[in-house]
Amino acid sequence: MTADWRGHVPQIEDLARRFGLEWSPVIFEAVPDSFMTEIAVYGLPVRMPHWSFGARYIYQLLQRHMGYSRLFEVVFPGDPGHAYLAASNGVADNVLVTAHVLGHADFSKNNLQFRRCQDQGNAQIIEHAAAHARQIERDIEAHGFNAVEQVLDAALSLEQYVDLDQPLRRERFPEYEPPAAERRDDAFRSRFDTLDAAAAASSPARNPRAPLPPHPERDLLWFIATYAPEMESWERDIFLAVREESFYFYPVFATQIMNEGWASYWHARLLREADFIPEDIYLDAIKCHSDVVRPVATGEQVSLAINPYHLGFTLWEEIIKQSGVEAARRIMREDDDFSFLRNHLTREIATEMGLFRYQRRQNGPIKVVAAEIDELHESLLLDKYNFGAPRVSVTEVRTDGTLVLQHDAQLDGRGLDAERSLKVLEYIKRVWRRPVLLNTIDAAAKSVEFSSEAAAA
Amino acid sequence: MAESQTLNGWYELFSRGARDWLRHNEKIREAVRSQLPQIVSGADVINDGARTVRVPVRMLEHYRFRLLSTGDAQGVGQGNVKPGDVLGQSNPSGGSGQKGAGGKDHGGIELMLEFKVDDIVDWLWDELKLPNLKPRAGATEEAEWKREGWDRRGARSRLDRRRSLRESVKRRALDASSPAFTDEDLRYRQLAKRRQPALRAAVFFLLDVSGSMSDRDRQLAKTFFFWVAAGLKREYKALDIAFVAHTTEAWEFSEPDFFKVTGTGGTVASVGLAKVHEIMEQRFDPSVCNVYLFYASDGDNASDDRTAAGSSLDEIAQVARYAGYVEISTGVRSSLSEISSLFQSAIDDGLPCSRFSIAGPDDVVPAVRHFFSAEAQADAGEEEIGGAP
Repeated sequence: MTADWRGHVPQIEDLARRFGLEWSPVIFEAVPDSFMTEIAVYGLPVRMPHWSFGARYIYQLLQRHMGYSRLFEVVFPGDPGHAYLAASNGVADNVLVTAHVLGHADFSKNNLQFRRCQDQGNAQIIEHAAAHARQIERDIEAHGFNAVEQVLDAALSLEQYVDLDQPLRRERFPEYEPPAAERRDDAFRSRFDTLDAAAAASSPARNPRAPLPPHPERDLLWFIATYAPEMESWERDIFLAVREESFYFYPVFATQIMNEGWASYWHARLLREADFIPEDIYLDAIKCHSDVVRPVATGEQVSLAINPYHLGFTLWEEIIKQSGVEAARRIMREDDDFSFLRNHLTREIATEMGLFRYQRRQNGPIKVVAAEIDELHESLLLDKYNFGAPRVSVTEVRTDGTLVLQHDAQLDGRGLDAERSLKVLEYIKRVWRRPVLLNTIDAAAKSVEFSSEAAAA
Repeated sequence: MAESQTLNGWYELFSRGARDWLRHNEKIREAVRSQLPQIVSGADVINDGARTVRVPVRMLEHYRFRLLSTGDAQGVGQGNVKPGDVLGQSNPSGGSGQKGAGGKDHGGIELMLEFKVDDIVDWLWDELKLPNLKPRAGATEEAEWKREGWDRRGARSRLDRRRSLRESVKRRALDASSPAFTDEDLRYRQLAKRRQPALRAAVFFLLDVSGSMSDRDRQLAKTFFFWVAAGLKREYKALDIAFVAHTTEAWEFSEPDFFKVTGTGGTVASVGLAKVHEIMEQRFDPSVCNVYLFYASDGDNASDDRTAAGSSLDEIAQVARYAGYVEISTGVRSSLSEISSLFQSAIDDGLPCSRFSIAGPDDVVPAVRHFFSAEAQADAGEEEIGGAP
């Protein structure tokens, strides 16, 4: 059975090349469904252990059991890339999936977000993540399960707090203020220097110590790993391992609509052009395609969520119809979901797709509200800012080692959930080993300070 | 073909999901165990005689920073609608429109964990025992290998199949598709050399069922007695329990009837205590038998019965190993109730008595712990025998 779809792979690849797709070689593997489920849960084929993945695993099993979600493939970028296909896929499914995978591989080789991440040395993420997992197993042997779990509790709960604008291997902040800029050698200056030789000699004194951090720092994982006063080096390594994996996850997160849309566009296009595929397989594959990109679930008229496959697919189809493949490839290389939606989701397309904005009042009705296209963009992108997490940064490390965090309530529009914040502060405190404070606002917009000490009391 | 078979076999070896899920469940069980009071009092085990208790548990949440939930939410949907259309009512329970990256919010899922009454008794009676238990006069003590507890490691020959199966069933209650047995399930009997005294003990449960005891009061008292009886029966093989209820009269009941009994009328505590004393004289000679009394009441007693009740209590407490009083107190009293002061004066006289108030369901477990924990025994200042070192 497996030979059937594999036989089509070279043909589909030839076709894709003719359409200008370019990708690093992809290794295809058919794996059991249980393994697919694990990839979906962990995000990587081999990843560090943590009980929160166990909770997600149950959730996935339930979803699968109820027939909500079916996973056809997962692709990992890299050179070579890896594509895992569910062994339960039919031949037609796999023909479609092969084409889909090539779309993803093209995207991840060329899109700026992915390229930047890969330039940082993250191209071998599968191997790196497996190495992290192995290292953590060794840590468990050396330091005990509970000690390691505590560090993972903290690191994984801060998973989204990385700064993608900084390199993966990041230097410490300079310890001292930079020397004052060389003053211009003007008339005043040369005359001043002759005034008091002793004073002049004492002036190149030590620069003052730079404040830590010199500016609000949003890469909490890096900051804690680098500056925690009493962290063990293996604990720092765990933080940095989680951070490296987040660097990999970010492009996937930030380009989801584009990426899935691009892959869906190409599987549909390649399938249409693939005259070598037997008709019955073609029909099954097309049916599978329409299931994947359907806007609302079968039997429903209206959906309160957007199918990113459908949205991305529709936009790419429109772009390629209007401006051709070359223009589309340029957009694919340069955009992320933010610019993609803002630039290309026009009023006309939104109306044609039947996109609408709704508001849900507590215990009240769910109501459709009129929305300008800009508002629609922002609603769609709302959960994408800052890796989908509230904006929290480090503002200060006090002389007693207290870590002060600041939540940007103004930008986020409201304060933080107190109970959860306190729990996260508890997690952090166990590795920071000094008090941890967090400033935000409460429901009445008054400023509040959460403290890890209050949580302990 | 063969190659792909091996490959599949290789992937089957991955069980990280199951491993982390077991760890998650372990954490849930720890969490549930800390809610023992709610489980114990919430379970309607007395009336329907169920052997299991179902406890709803939420999936554990791995906390992250999250914005305050205002209950309001907004989003983008797709379909043929126009502004102003109402698409339904928001779910009162689910205010969480916020989803973390990758949709990790599964807080809404509730699992039903089923716990056997036996397991709850295990937890509840962990390290609890009858206070002041003494060997019967003249009985010889024998050194004996005794089964003592279970461990996850041990010699194959001491594998407790029933217990291991039970662990497996408990685990699989969460998901039927997990493997039938894992190493985690296995339980081995542990042996310890114990000085085993020849013991005989009789325990009296005395319950005030007069009209002043409301249904809720009676239910609380019976819940207390239920868990005490379950624990005692498991811990001590040679144990007699006598069930007595009283209003202005007193009767002895069988165990099932005792847990169903209701009554009306006034309260004369001395009648109940006298009945206990009578049965004790007839069947359980205190000189050869460890006698215990546990009395539950709302504290009210006919005022002209004070002297009679006092002397009945003294009569029993002089010879009994221990007399405990559980007051079902619905409100705040400004002073001690009739019965409480009765027991307090016995305590002041140095008799092995103790009292504890139950105000609500959450107090049942603390009450059991109060009477049967090691501290209660230390309080009574008696030497302990046959106990763990």
